[in-house]
Parts: sequence; structure tokens; C-alpha cells
Amino acid sequence: MSFEPKILGIACNWCTYTGADLAGTTRLHYPQNLRVVRVMCSSRINPSFIFRAFQLGADGVLVGGCHPGDCHYNTGNLYARRRLAVTKKILEFAGLEPGRFRVEWISASEGNKFAEVVEEFTAQIKKLGPQQKLKIDELQEKA
Amino acid sequence: MAQFDKTFPTLDCSACILTPKMDAVLQHSNIKLMTYCEVSEVKGFVGNFDIKIRQKARYVNHDKCNACLACTEKCPGKGVAEWDEGLVKRKAIHIPFPQAVPQKPVIDRDACTYFLKGKCRLCEKVCEQKAIDFEQQDTFIDVKVGAVIVATGYNLMDTKPLVQYGYGKYPGVYSALEVERLFNSAGPTGGKVTLRDGKEPQAIAILHCIGSRDKNNYEHCSRVCCMYSLKFAHLFKEKTSADVYQFYIDIRAAGKGYEEFYNRIIEEDVKFIRGKGTRVAESSDEPGRLIVEAEDTITGKFVQLPVDMVVLSPAMIPREDSKNIARLFNLSTDKYGFFMERHPKLAPLSTMSEGVFIAGVCQSPKDIPDTVAQANGAAAEALTIVSKEKMELEATTAMVNPASCCGCQNCVRVCPYGAPSFNYDKGVSEINEALCKGCGLCASVCPTSAIIARHFTNEQVLAEIEGLMEF
Repeated sequence: MSFEPKILGIACNWCTYTGADLAGTTRLHYPQNLRVVRVMCSSRINPSFIFRAFQLGADGVLVGGCHPGDCHYNTGNLYARRRLAVTKKILEFAGLEPGRFRVEWISASEGNKFAEVVEEFTAQIKKLGPQQKLKIDELQEKA
Repeated sequence: MAQFDKTFPTLDCSACILTPKMDAVLQHSNIKLMTYCEVSEVKGFVGNFDIKIRQKARYVNHDKCNACLACTEKCPGKGVAEWDEGLVKRKAIHIPFPQAVPQKPVIDRDACTYFLKGKCRLCEKVCEQKAIDFEQQDTFIDVKVGAVIVATGYNLMDTKPLVQYGYGKYPGVYSALEVERLFNSAGPTGGKVTLRDGKEPQAIAILHCIGSRDKNNYEHCSRVCCMYSLKFAHLFKEKTSADVYQFYIDIRAAGKGYEEFYNRIIEEDVKFIRGKGTRVAESSDEPGRLIVEAEDTITGKFVQLPVDMVVLSPAMIPREDSKNIARLFNLSTDKYGFFMERHPKLAPLSTMSEGVFIAGVCQSPKDIPDTVAQANGAAAEALTIVSKEKMELEATTAMVNPASCCGCQNCVRVCPYGAPSFNYDKGVSEINEALCKGCGLCASVCPTSAIIARHFTNEQVLAEIEGLMEF
């Protein structure tokens, strides 16, 4: 059986989640590996959500928000952008391969972009193979 | 609207529709009309706004003035008549137009001889009511309101930077609002269509989409230009014997009776050339005449048309201070500065600020019927707030667990709505649920997880993630 990665998507309610909806209503096809969690704003994302997902065996995490400057809550995604940039550094410092964590700004009208990003990201994760650096069982086995 | 002569597509008299309404608003016992004012500060939240309003100095005491307007006859000062789009001059002490509400004058500081040179005070001498007050200062008025409707309107794009059209360079080039004033019987020419030298034009070109539907300027369609350009064509035909040419990209006549009006104008021997006017130049053969250049996209030929008068239909754009208003009321704007509605389909009148509604072209270009419809809707929305004793709030808001709040005030600093505040007595933050929009930003900056973003708590989101990673 070929490797089917588990990918966690965290999408903001107003842009990326609506964009994903649009991708659905326009009958676009994209891989089924993405599991989406909705939050009201990308700024709601606590980095611990992302760490926890990787601990639980996520092979990739995709965060989606409104385009910077276009946030429904005026400035939320600007905070998110800074915070997620730091999160990415920490993940890589902890040993995660670069490329497993990605942040994309997808607006509500960009259903196409959503499908393209998911397609591309899934292909990239497939190439990287299963994620074992941060997964809890693997770590415990080593210890 | 009060500046227009007729409205499309019915050709009703614009002032006859508007001015009785304006007066009715002034007379209404439940409406307090505040003119020549600016909002300078907004505090509070839905149902409890505290608004500070700056009443600009008029230098005329409106309580004493009895609107005899003797002052405007004697005044020697000359200012640019904004109301007539600068086509003529007006007095320094003036009312903008005869039906203006309230019908009491104001002094234009920049044109007043006393303010410029230190002596004159003629208006003060002729005023029997002693209403002129050169010492008047701006005053601030505090009001408490439950809801706000923002209806700040629009500007027309300044077409001077589009040098290819020669506006401001050739006297025969007019902008649309100037032409409205030429048609108006109370306007600078008394309703006669004449060029700046007093002659009647023999050929007139109307250029659509100047600055709008244009990647280099504004991408949006201004929606009304097609229709008012058709109206201009009709009025030109009625008032002059000129040939009228329309240079258009598409005619957008979507509205009740609009397509019928378009068909009527075609019958009136108006010439339509499908192609955007690209350049206006001076004729080398006949001095004083203008040449309009365009590509006729139906025949594929390059057109050079000699005319006497060129009318530009400029883009409708947000007012220059729309970003300030957005900041005052915490509204979001699109990239040009039009205010954003909460939802394009389901909440077109509401904004992200609870209790603040928008109506008219400050949201996006629209015509008079659409503006009135939106304004009626906004008024109804505002009434549903102020007529109730209690308000229903969104359930998705944040709350503070005072037991674990460490008092760092990160939440107070990051919230764009000012919902969290710090209680110095208790040493903890508190969230005003009426202001909270539920984005959850405060919950993720809280170092002790004292803030709970209801419906999106840490436990809920983590449980979702755990569930999703199981299969």
C-alpha cells in the first residue's frame, strides 16, 4: 500500500475555510489527506496545537489565514504571521524536516488556490515520507 | 444628489425629490440635525456609544441669525463655489445653494477679507440680529447614542493626473459633475449648455470609464456612469442642436427601466462608438476644437473625432478621509478605502463593529435607488438595536478565568476592539462581551491560558486534533 500521509489543516473561518468551501462547491478535486480544523481567526492558533498534532503523528500541518492586511479582525493575521514564523523555527530546531509545516494566505474567493496548495503540499509530504521526529511513540521507543 | 438637475431613467427633477426631505429632517422633532460637524472621538460599544463631535466654527451665531441673507449681498470676499464645481465664484459669507438646510450662512475663512487682511467686517455692520461672531471657535459636543450609521458618500476621481484627457488643460474638457451643474437651472449658466467662452457646442463627446474599469487606476465599475452619460446625451439633445457621441466599453444598464432608457436614447440619434476614449488633443486645423481619439472595436478602425466639448465620466472613489472614519469606528476597508460590510451576501449593511451600519457609496458605488434601499435597511437595523431594552450577543466570545490571570495585560495590548480591560483593583483582566468579536487572539497570547475563547477553547481544539489524528 502506498503511503497516505495524515495532514492537519487549521483554517480561519473567514478566508481559508470559506475558500475550502468554495473549492468544494465548485467541485474541485484535491487529495483527501487533509483534515481541517476551523478556528475563528489564524491568530487563535496556539503553537501548542501544531506541536501536539506532530506528536500525535501528523505528517504535515497546513495553516491557512486571510491575506495579511485583509484580516476580518483587522490585525489578527499579522500577529499570526509573526507567531507562526517563530513556530516554524522552533519546529525545525526540534528536528522536524523543513517542508512539513506550511502557512498559506488563501482568501474566501481563492477556491482554486486552496485546491492547488493542498495538492502540492500533499505531494511534498508524500515525498518526505512518514514523520517520525516528533511522534510520541517513536520518541518513547528511543528513550 | 442635490447638485443634479434630473435623475435617470425617469428624468425626475432631482431637487424636487430631495429638498422637501431635507427640510422634513430639519423640522422633525425626533431628529437632531448637526451640520458642519465632524466626529472626533468614538468610545463605548453597541447600545452605549459616547461620541464627541466637533462643531466647526461658522463665525455666524445660528441661534441669532434669521436668514435674511443681507450679509451675503454686501460681502466683498470671493471664494470658489464648491457647489458649482468651481465653475463660478461665490461670496465669502454664503449658503451653498438656495435650498440648503439650515438656510443660514457660514463664513469661508480662506476667502473672507477680514480673516485675510484684518479689516472689512461689512457683514457685521449689515446684520441687524448681531449674529456675526468673528471670535467663534470650534466647539465640542458629546452625545450618547445606541447605534451609528455611516453614510459618508464618495468623491469623484481627480482626472487631472490622467494627462491624456487634457482636463484642466483644455477649456472644452468637463467632468461629469460640472456638466450636471450646467444643466441645472439654478447652476452657473442658468441651465444653458454653453462652453466656457459662452458659445453653444456643436459636437459633444462623452467618454465613459475614466479611471474606473482600468487596471492602472481603479479596477471597479462605478455603476452609474453609463446611465448618467445616457441622461447627459438626452439633455444635450434637448437643450442644444449638437451631435452627441458616446465612447464606451460596454453599456451597463442593469436596473429597473434602465435598458428601456438606453433604447430610448438610441432612438434619439445619439451616436455610440464602442471603444474607450484614449486621448483628447487640440485640433491643428481648427483652433479651439478638440480631437477625441479611440479605437472603434466594432469596425476595428481608429477614430479621430473633432468635437467642441468633452465630458469625462470619472471613477467614483472613497472620500479622502475614509481611512480616518474607518479608524474612528473600527471599520475595515477594501484596498481603495470603501468600507467593508460584515458579509457580502448576508449582512450587507452591518460592519465588523457591532452597532455601526453603512449605507450608500461609502460601501461601494451604487445608484440612488440602491442607496435609498440600503439606507432604509440600515435605519431599520439601527432601530432594532435602540428600541430594545436588552441585546442578544454572539456566543463566541472570550472570557477570563480570574484565578489564573497573571495580570500581564497582553490581551489588552493586542485586542483590536478594546474588549479586554485591566481591573487594577482585582489585578486581573476583564473582557467586555459586548465588544468581543470572538477572534481568539487574546486566548493565544495569554501565557497562563486564563482566557477561554468560548467554542474554541484549547481543550476543544486539541480534542479535535486528537480525534483527527486517530484515523
